[in-house]
Amino acid sequence: MAESTVALVTGASRGIGKAAVLALGRTGLRVAVGYRSDAEGAEEIAAKAAADGGEALAVHVDVQLEESIDEAFGRIERELGPVRVLVNNAGFTKDGLAVKYGTATWDKTIDTNLRGPFLCSRRALPGMLKARWGRIVNVASVAAIRGNAGQTAYTASKAGLAMLTRSLAREVGGRGITVNAVCPGFVETKMTEVQTEEIRRRYLDMTPAGRFGAPEEVAAVIAFLAGAEASYVNGAVIAVDGGLSA
Amino acid sequence: MDMNELQTKVCKILADNLSIPEDQVTPKARFQEDLDADSLDLVEAVLALEEEFGVTIPEEEMEGVRTVGQAIQLVADKLGVAA
Repeated sequence: MAESTVALVTGASRGIGKAAVLALGRTGLRVAVGYRSDAEGAEEIAAKAAADGGEALAVHVDVQLEESIDEAFGRIERELGPVRVLVNNAGFTKDGLAVKYGTATWDKTIDTNLRGPFLCSRRALPGMLKARWGRIVNVASVAAIRGNAGQTAYTASKAGLAMLTRSLAREVGGRGITVNAVCPGFVETKMTEVQTEEIRRRYLDMTPAGRFGAPEEVAAVIAFLAGAEASYVNGAVIAVDGGLSA
Repeated sequence: MDMNELQTKVCKILADNLSIPEDQVTPKARFQEDLDADSLDLVEAVLALEEEFGVTIPEEEMEGVRTVGQAIQLVADKLGVAA
């Protein structure tokens, strides 16, 4: 699985996804930079990965839509090759107390964070099974491990993703395919910058590292799990959180 | 394509996929008991049949398939090949 291995990272125009693209590119993978709305950002990342000596392609994919996923995989297969590494990173979060939480927001959270990774994995698996090699890395969250007031949808979706990871690992682990998850803690991204100062301070107090994480620190673990050396790591749900969940 | 031709093709694909000699893949052979195929083996075989014949076999239709003969019939129905 040397230079021709193709990876798809969803939600890759910023944050952890962006860092994952660059980290995977540096390991020699050809990377599809999946984006839903920020085409410009995705193109920029693709250009940056290419400038680093890799090969990357910005591809539109809305993981809430089955047709969009199918279209994206088709394009990647034609232009880069079959996807052997899938990083399910696209995520959505909106805080709100359950009593007043909108159904549409609930659905969008579950569809993006849980149903999307399932659909993308299902689309990628036939090729991986045939190749007897594949890597799926799900970007869950420390929210998969501990509950949070105001985050019923988000924590439920991420805990679901962690169990999807374990069950799928059991299904396909005999075929050279590994399925793992990383659980980032408080990482400095667009997703966390909307949090109030009070919440930021609370998380900082709970994090033994005494600081927030950088996207690159999560991407390094993703790149390891996506690589050949992680061949015996399967179904693992790995906290990358500065000790927050310890 | 007639039924005989289809049967030969399906059996060959199944034998390749399950890594068993072709002469063991007879219509009467049961996937689980006779061919030692687990559920993922069967799914992989179905994926290969779908690809070869350009058909889609939904999970509900796979559920009743216990024997090679039933798999052949499933593909035959999809392709409109009569016995």
